[in-house]
Amino acid sequence: MAPSVHLTGRVVRVEPAGHRGVTIVSDVPLSARPGQFVMLWVPRMDEKPFSLVADSPLTLAVVPVGPVTGRLQRLQPGDPLYVRGPLGRGFSLDGKRPLLVAGGSGAAPLAFLASRLAETGREVTVALGARSADELLLVERYQAAGARLWITTEDGSAGERGLVVSVAERLLANGGCDRVYACGPVPMLERVAALCRLYGVPGEASYEAYMRCGIGVCGSCDRGDGLLVCRDGPVFGL
Amino acid sequence: MRDTDLSVELCGIRLRTPFVLAAGVLGTTAALLERVARRGAGAVTAKSCSVRPRRGHPNPTVLPWEGGLINAVGLANPGAAAMVGILADARRRLAPLGVPLIASVFAEEAGGFGEVVRILEEAEPDLYEVNISCPNVAEELGMPFAADPVQAARATAAVRAATRRPVIVKLSPNVADICAVGRAVVDAGADALAAINTLGPGMLIDIRARTPVLANRMGGLSGPAVRPVAVRCVYELSRAVPVPIIGMGGVTTGEDAVEMIMAGATAVGVGSAFYQRGMGALEAMAAEMRAFMQEQGFGCVSEMRGLAHGA
Ligand SMILES: Cc1cc2nc3c(=O)[nH]c(=O)nc-3n(C[C@H](O)[C@H](O)[C@H](O)COP(=O)(O)OP(=O)(O)OC[C@H]3O[C@@H](n4cnc5c(N)ncnc54)[C@H](O)[C@@H]3O)c2cc1C
Ligand SMILES: Cc1cc2nc3c(=O)[nH]c(=O)nc-3n(C[C@H](O)[C@H](O)[C@H](O)COP(=O)(O)O)c2cc1C
Ligand code: FES
Repeated sequence: MAPSVHLTGRVVRVEPAGHRGVTIVSDVPLSARPGQFVMLWVPRMDEKPFSLVADSPLTLAVVPVGPVTGRLQRLQPGDPLYVRGPLGRGFSLDGKRPLLVAGGSGAAPLAFLASRLAETGREVTVALGARSADELLLVERYQAAGARLWITTEDGSAGERGLVVSVAERLLANGGCDRVYACGPVPMLERVAALCRLYGVPGEASYEAYMRCGIGVCGSCDRGDGLLVCRDGPVFGL
Repeated sequence: MRDTDLSVELCGIRLRTPFVLAAGVLGTTAALLERVARRGAGAVTAKSCSVRPRRGHPNPTVLPWEGGLINAVGLANPGAAAMVGILADARRRLAPLGVPLIASVFAEEAGGFGEVVRILEEAEPDLYEVNISCPNVAEELGMPFAADPVQAARATAAVRAATRRPVIVKLSPNVADICAVGRAVVDAGADALAAINTLGPGMLIDIRARTPVLANRMGGLSGPAVRPVAVRCVYELSRAVPVPIIGMGGVTTGEDAVEMIMAGATAVGVGSAFYQRGMGALEAMAAEMRAFMQEQGFGCVSEMRGLAHGA
């Protein structure tokens, strides 16, 4: 067996994602489900979880919030990449007429889901939200997947002004969606869960938590109810 | 066919099964301790705790490799005051299940062991486990107390003086003579031993990154690779001391657990197996142990204890 815990590859392309983030396309071949994640190791620095935007080749979208994500902004084509995964449980692919609700960096796993669902002929509707236009991520990927895309920003700098949940509510009220997939901040997920109950539509959401092992051993990622985000999730039923 | 009884008695406390959740694995929150208790544990151990909070080492801290796991979490914990809340909550959740709670403690110097136990007393854990044996913090905390029988006895005595509850002392395999340490802590008042903590430390190097993979560079080994070492330690200790032993290290199946018991263990600790087998690990191991006992005609766990020592 190879004496290597991490899969290794190289950065092939780095594209801007919003005004501050980057989309990193690598040559690491992976086979994963949308919603699964990898632990990305920056040698001599840290190892952190990131959702997959695509699996083969491995693609990530990274928003800078601290040391590791800051370092990843400066990656260049040819730089090595080290990942552990795919990890965790991904989304079901059960939606026939799915509605995807993405807030902020929640756009990353749902972009993967949108293209996987579209590949199998599903009509995909996406409510994509961010604080402002420069924080909107992966719009082109949703467009390339052929999704019906509804954009909202809190300051009105792109798309409709308001919260992505309001758009989701309107789409659900119109009917025609049989499953909701969500990723974003917890308050957003709670409101989406309430909408799912209100309209009687099943929902799934990808959660975040502070992680160490990523494999269900260390207990760092308890969602609060004894469920492990790294292993029982990151995707949970709403 | 006789009924198979998996319950065992440890320091006068009945455990529904011989399986004890090992310290540092999944025991960080009351909800997780409850979840493991509901899924087949006879007792659960909370994450090791010190007087003051510790952030632990940067990631990577826990990695899977072909022999099991290597870890250098660095004893990250929220500190004793916060742990009181977690333990008290866990106790409330565990009481209706009949699953006792073990509080694990460590300190920078021998006297500190008493201090952390005095703080945790408020939470009324059923037993204490004294972690004198974590190899991953040697650079900060000096050599683990488990390396020296005198220091190990001092830490034990400090805990003994601070509580009337049963005290388990957890030993390291990384010593020349584990029985000398075992005898010293029993003489100092330990009611039971746990063996083993992680083996090593070891190191994994990523040859493409050309650097050790763990941020701490080295870490303790656990899982299947260490099982033969653990079995040998339990075997030797059970001849050397008259107290019960929680045998752990690489136990992954019900038959592995039987092996520990035949080596002389009273109960069996399980940690890394949750990586291989997930949350159902203990239920699966209980079924496997029961099947073995039926096949071999054992009615209860104590009938198997120490059998490997011969008549
Ligand atoms: C399953 C999963 C998937 C993820 N997918 C992506 C992704 O596709 N793209 C992406 O950019 N990020 C993603 N993240 C978040 C990413 O892991 C963190 O942004 C990263 O760990 C921050 O590391 P850092 O060293 O840059 O900053 P740190 O110094 O670790 O953090 C900087 C600040 O962000 C906060 N923070 C860190 N992690 C989180 C978190 N998980 N949730 C909320 N706040 C946090 C910290 O408290 C701190 O205030 C994901 C997290 C999880 C658990
Ligand atoms: C991720 C991890 C964290 C651990 N943390 C602790 C700890 O805080 N205190 C302790 O006494 N032992 C700790 N251990 C050691 C285990 O309790 C156990 O002794 C060891 O892993 C051998 O058992 P196993 O092979 O079943 O995992 C830890 C082990 C692992 C894998
Ligand atoms: S990150 Fe370790 S259990 Fe989830």
